[in-house]
Amino acid sequence: MTSEPILNSTPIPYRAPRPEPARGAAGLSAGKYAILGVVTLTGAFGDTLLSIGMKRFGPVPLARPELMIRALYSPWVAGGVLLLLAFFASYLSALSWADLTYVLPATSFGYAVIALLSKLWLHERISPGRWMGIALIVAGVGFVARGPALTATSEPPPTGALQGAEEG
Amino acid sequence: MNLHSDSAVAAMIGAVVLSATAGDIVISSALKKIGDLGQIRRARGWGGTLCAIAGSGRLFCGVGFMAASFFALLFALSHAEVSLVAPAAGSLTFVANAIAAKWILRENVDGRRWLAALLVCCGVALLRA
Repeated sequence: MTSEPILNSTPIPYRAPRPEPARGAAGLSAGKYAILGVVTLTGAFGDTLLSIGMKRFGPVPLARPELMIRALYSPWVAGGVLLLLAFFASYLSALSWADLTYVLPATSFGYAVIALLSKLWLHERISPGRWMGIALIVAGVGFVARGPALTATSEPPPTGALQGAEEG
Repeated sequence: MNLHSDSAVAAMIGAVVLSATAGDIVISSALKKIGDLGQIRRARGWGGTLCAIAGSGRLFCGVGFMAASFFALLFALSHAEVSLVAPAAGSLTFVANAIAAKWILRENVDGRRWLAALLVCCGVALLRA
């Protein structure tokens, strides 16, 4: 039995390579920047909704933990929990393709969003010290966002990622 | 033991910082081992992605640390003032994460990242004070 010469095999139709998506300074695609934005916003809005819900619900004494379950029926608390679930899912996704020391500062802008929400929505007063804190966080986010998102290693990527790269 | 003494409050804040850092480090390590979730979803769909996540014992271990951190924070808040516990725990966790990521996860924490972590750490402390 002889093997077929390569030249006589069925010609493989030419497929133009997919264009690379536009990438930012950190080497991330627009979709990945969007995931970082989702981490930031869902965390901030989730915490704010929980805060509003629990203030409206009233204090929960340690001796009556069943009240915590009842608090979940409040639309504010339920909305906050749903947003925090979305936060956790997007946080896991971000950590699967970026370093922890990139994700944490890059998404810390959520602290500033919470402060702005508390001023605009809850009409709380923001002291000059807090404005300074917001400025420092924004500066920190700006610094880290311009660097690489992932440490380069010589190890091959995990099996799951390889299969996805080939098929996706 | 006096739970309102300075050393007891420092121990509570330390427990929050350590458990939160352990949670972040273990979860990050688990996800680097699983691989890019976006690529896994494109290849195997949502079911395959959930299976990849559910099959990682390390990830659940990290979630356990995060839960421990949450309860440690609640305990600390019930014994010390929120204006002390929240900024101290929040900002120290940033620095602890940067140190642990460098030494345990072997991440490339360059000057830019150190500066960002310190800026955010100071910002969080000011914001919560």
